[in-house]
Amino acid sequence: MAQADAEEVKNFLGTEYRYGFSDPEKFAFRTEKGLSEKVVRQISKIKKEPEWVTDMRVRAYKHFMERPMPKWGADLSTIDFDNIYYYGKPEGEQTKDWDKVPQDIKKTFDRLGIPEAEKKFLAGVGAQYESEVVYHNLRKDLEKKGVIFLDMDGGLREHPEIVKKWFGKIIPFNDNKFSALNTAVWSGGSFIYIPPGVRVDLPLQAYFRINAKNIGQFERTLIIADKGSYVHYVEGCTAPVYSTDSLHCAVVELAALEGATIRYTTIQNWSSNVYNLVTKRAFAYKNARVEWIDGNLGSKITMKYPGVVLLGEHAHGEVISVAFAGKGQHQDAGAKITHLAPNTTSQIISKSVSKDGGRTTYRGLLRVAKGCKNVKSSVVCDALILDPKSATDTVPYMEVEEKDVSIGHEASVGRVSEEQLFYLMSRGYSEEHALGMIVRGFMDAFVRELPMEYAVELNRLIELNMEGSVG
Amino acid sequence: MSELKIENLHVSVEGKEILKGVNLVIKKGEIHALMGPNGSGKSTLSFALMGHPKYEITGGKVTLDGKNLFEMEVDERAKAGLFLSFQYPSEIPGVSLANFLRTAYNEVKYPDSEKKVNIVDFMKLLYGKMELLKMDKEFAKRHLNVGFSGGEKKRTEILQLAVLEPKFAILDETDSGLDVDALRVVAAGVKKLVGPHLGVLVITHYQRILHHIKPHFVHILVDGKIVKSGDYRLAEDVEKSGYEIYEKEKVAA
Repeated sequence: MAQADAEEVKNFLGTEYRYGFSDPEKFAFRTEKGLSEKVVRQISKIKKEPEWVTDMRVRAYKHFMERPMPKWGADLSTIDFDNIYYYGKPEGEQTKDWDKVPQDIKKTFDRLGIPEAEKKFLAGVGAQYESEVVYHNLRKDLEKKGVIFLDMDGGLREHPEIVKKWFGKIIPFNDNKFSALNTAVWSGGSFIYIPPGVRVDLPLQAYFRINAKNIGQFERTLIIADKGSYVHYVEGCTAPVYSTDSLHCAVVELAALEGATIRYTTIQNWSSNVYNLVTKRAFAYKNARVEWIDGNLGSKITMKYPGVVLLGEHAHGEVISVAFAGKGQHQDAGAKITHLAPNTTSQIISKSVSKDGGRTTYRGLLRVAKGCKNVKSSVVCDALILDPKSATDTVPYMEVEEKDVSIGHEASVGRVSEEQLFYLMSRGYSEEHALGMIVRGFMDAFVRELPMEYAVELNRLIELNMEGSVG
Repeated sequence: MSELKIENLHVSVEGKEILKGVNLVIKKGEIHALMGPNGSGKSTLSFALMGHPKYEITGGKVTLDGKNLFEMEVDERAKAGLFLSFQYPSEIPGVSLANFLRTAYNEVKYPDSEKKVNIVDFMKLLYGKMELLKMDKEFAKRHLNVGFSGGEKKRTEILQLAVLEPKFAILDETDSGLDVDALRVVAAGVKKLVGPHLGVLVITHYQRILHHIKPHFVHILVDGKIVKSGDYRLAEDVEKSGYEIYEKEKVAA
């Protein structure tokens, strides 16, 4: 790839908090601060939603209020739910025409490199600003083939039959406290449908940006890949650095029908004041394949365990993730694989790096239901700790109710050895560069899964995260 | 004249004195062999010169072209033109040999500038050196030292020497753990690299590598001191009669 492209890509995903900038807060409408049934109904009313959606929101709201905070995982006690705006609509209407995007917002996405990236290597782009998607476009030839790529609200309006069939079916609102919160106040996100046999050759990308203070982002994404189709969806996220915290709480549901493949790549680079509590799950039917490629670099706290439920024979689920926890960060991430059919396979590869007092947790659940013979699964989690202040832990659960299975589990915790550092330094590497090289090598298994443009960018992000690691 | 000058060097490891006053001058273009029994301090000298943090310099001085080596960090020594071929090089998973070596090349050749070697130019250079050392190109893609055999590791070290073109190279037991054929290949590689622009210190227990790389000077290190220096014939003496007589001399002295 030419150098110029790398430069553009670099801008595109948001590098180390050069993206902490913010623009003036201009809302067409914003709900009052805090959460109430009134706020939930108001959101639904603004969006002119059908009754079933309003009802689901209200039920989810009630569930959220009743459900206690999880007693496991990262420390969430500092989230102040009353100090958050749950819905903020930016000025302007959603458009396919870049020139019609409001000036301030356009400037933001220009700085993030979205329009260039779309031209260079994407098949479609969505850009969400606060609670609403402000720009959406899909390549014409894909549109003609029947590919649907809309924001979730648009999907609900234009394709209610598909949405009603799947929405909240893969992740019910009462799955956990935060899926309930999302279901109550969701706005934006992507809705994608790929018709049978259609292969989308380039990735579809969504970009999520929080701009205002104290605003929550609750996007909702649903991707249906019909029989034998293929799609790669990529999401990236950034936010300004404020002294007060923001909340990002998404729900992502995927369905890969018979023989379909969905690859879902996330490069999460929220600023270090964002709580990132996301529920992601996929249904994989017969011969289908679902791959979650999940990179967590930013945020204050992340809790995220992408899941695959293997429903049909020969389905395959894969979760490949990296987490990078620096000062004040806790990345509590992992995977959840459920084998509900025989002859299904799965693979989990988790890599985490902690430094400057950061903390990473791998939390995984592997379930094999009774009667699911000949299941094969492999779990590998490796952690790298760069200094004595930092920590990592591994919490793997396995519930295997069938004997005729083959399951491998390997876990390792490593520290960078003095010998490795000395060796690289003897070849002219400064200590910082030597550490960076070791960390990049450690993450190589993940980076290799990314399209080249993202791999280049991720390597840069790692490098930036490594700066100041020494001394 | 470029030179590496070691004066009365004392080195301790974990409080125990290993080198007890080593004197040695290596000029550019010269090949020196440092021989000695196990535990005499040969590897300690190589690590101390390169700057391994475990090795404490308790006395003496080492200069490279007049500059005090001990005032430099490890990477600065590399940039100043010092190279150590490791006896047991570390594995760096996930980092290809080519990528590792290109970065090292940039660090060593352009230490203070933003200038970097063009990837295509570098690959040409690398493949050229690999051909010189009879290494398969595929090697460049492999992760550094991961799963390498003993011979492959040593050849990779020599490849690095070839690419980085230092002023002075220390070959620490480059012959250890190699069978006859592997030794011949590695030694042939080293032979191609020696010349008027390079000073070499070959550290070895056995004489066999010296059949291939004929040193100008041979030094016998016993119990942290060089007890005898001479020309190539000294190595032949060692081969015949072993280190015992030097150890006795040391005790007697």
